Amino acid sequence: MYKATINVTLKKSVLDPQGKTVLHALGTLGFEEAKDIRVGKFFEVTLDAASPEKAESRIRDMCDRLLTNPVIEDYSFDLKKS
Amino acid sequence: MKAAVIVFPGSNCDTDCAHALSDIMKMRVEFVWHKESTLPDVDLVVLPGGFSYGDYLRTGAIARFSPVMQAVAKHADDGRPLIGICNGFQVLLEAGLLPGAMLRNRSISFVCKHVWVRVEDTDTVFTRKIDKGATLSIPIAHGEGNYTCDDDTFNRLQDESRIVFRYASKNGETDDQHNPNGSRDHIAGIINEKRNVLGMMPHPERASETILSSPDGRGIWESLL
Repeated sequence: MYKATINVTLKKSVLDPQGKTVLHALGTLGFEEAKDIRVGKFFEVTLDAASPEKAESRIRDMCDRLLTNPVIEDYSFDLKKS
Repeated sequence: MKAAVIVFPGSNCDTDCAHALSDIMKMRVEFVWHKESTLPDVDLVVLPGGFSYGDYLRTGAIARFSPVMQAVAKHADDGRPLIGICNGFQVLLEAGLLPGAMLRNRSISFVCKHVWVRVEDTDTVFTRKIDKGATLSIPIAHGEGNYTCDDDTFNRLQDESRIVFRYASKNGETDDQHNPNGSRDHIAGIINEKRNVLGMMPHPERASETILSSPDGRGIWESLL
C-alpha cells in the first residue's frame, strides 16, 4: 500500500478571494507580518499499486481527472510506502 | 417544444425551471434523474441551479460524472440547445462543455439579489428575440460565480462574440460596482463555439413572470420557441 499526500493550490495567475480575506483578518488580529496568503486543499490518498511508478501515475490521473481543476489549480504530491 | 430538466442530488431550481417552461411557456417538460443514461427525445436540455452533490470538492465537479452527462454531451454535440443555469453553468465548465472556471465570489459571500444583465449578443438561439444591449433584471444566487479564464480563452470569447451576458447597471454601464462577484470583464454568461450551449449565472426561470417581480428572463425562453 502507498500513501500519497497531495497539495492543491490556485495557480499563481489566479486571484484568491479567500486568501485575501484571510490575510485581511490576520492583519486585524495584529499579524501584520503576514504579507500574502494562498488558500489551498490537501488530500491523503491510500492506494494499492504494484510499484511506486504505478502509484505515481495513478495519482497523477486522479489529480488530472477529478481532484483538481487544471484551469485554475496546480498540484504537487509526496508518495510513501505505508 | 419539448424540454428535459436534469435533476442531480442537490439540484434545487429544477421545479422552478419546469414551472417557467411548462406553466408559463407551455413547453412539454420532463424531469430526468441524473442516473439515467439516455435522454427522452427533447429539443432543449436544462441543467438547473442548486448544490449538486453538496458542492463537494468543487462546484459541479462530481455532477459532471453522472451517467446522464454523456447523453447531455451528445445532445450538445448534435447541435441542440443546452442551457446551464448557475450550478448548471458550473457543471458545464467542469465538464469542459464551456471554457474557463469559477472562483469564490470576490466578497467570499453568497450573493442573492436581483442584478441587471446586459445582453451582449443576440446571434444565439437563446437571445435572438431580445434587443442587443438591452438590460434585464434577473436574480443571482451563488457563492462561486467569479468567472475566470486565461487570456487566450478570453480573447477567443471576445473575438467570436461568445460573451452573451455581462453584469451592468440598469442603463447598461459595466463597472466594478455592478459586478456582484468579480467575474472577469463582468461576464455573466457565455456560449460555446457551436453557439448551442449557454452557461449563465443569473436565474431567468426566477424572472419569467411579473408576479415574481420581473418578467425579463422570459426573452430567453421565447427565443427558443
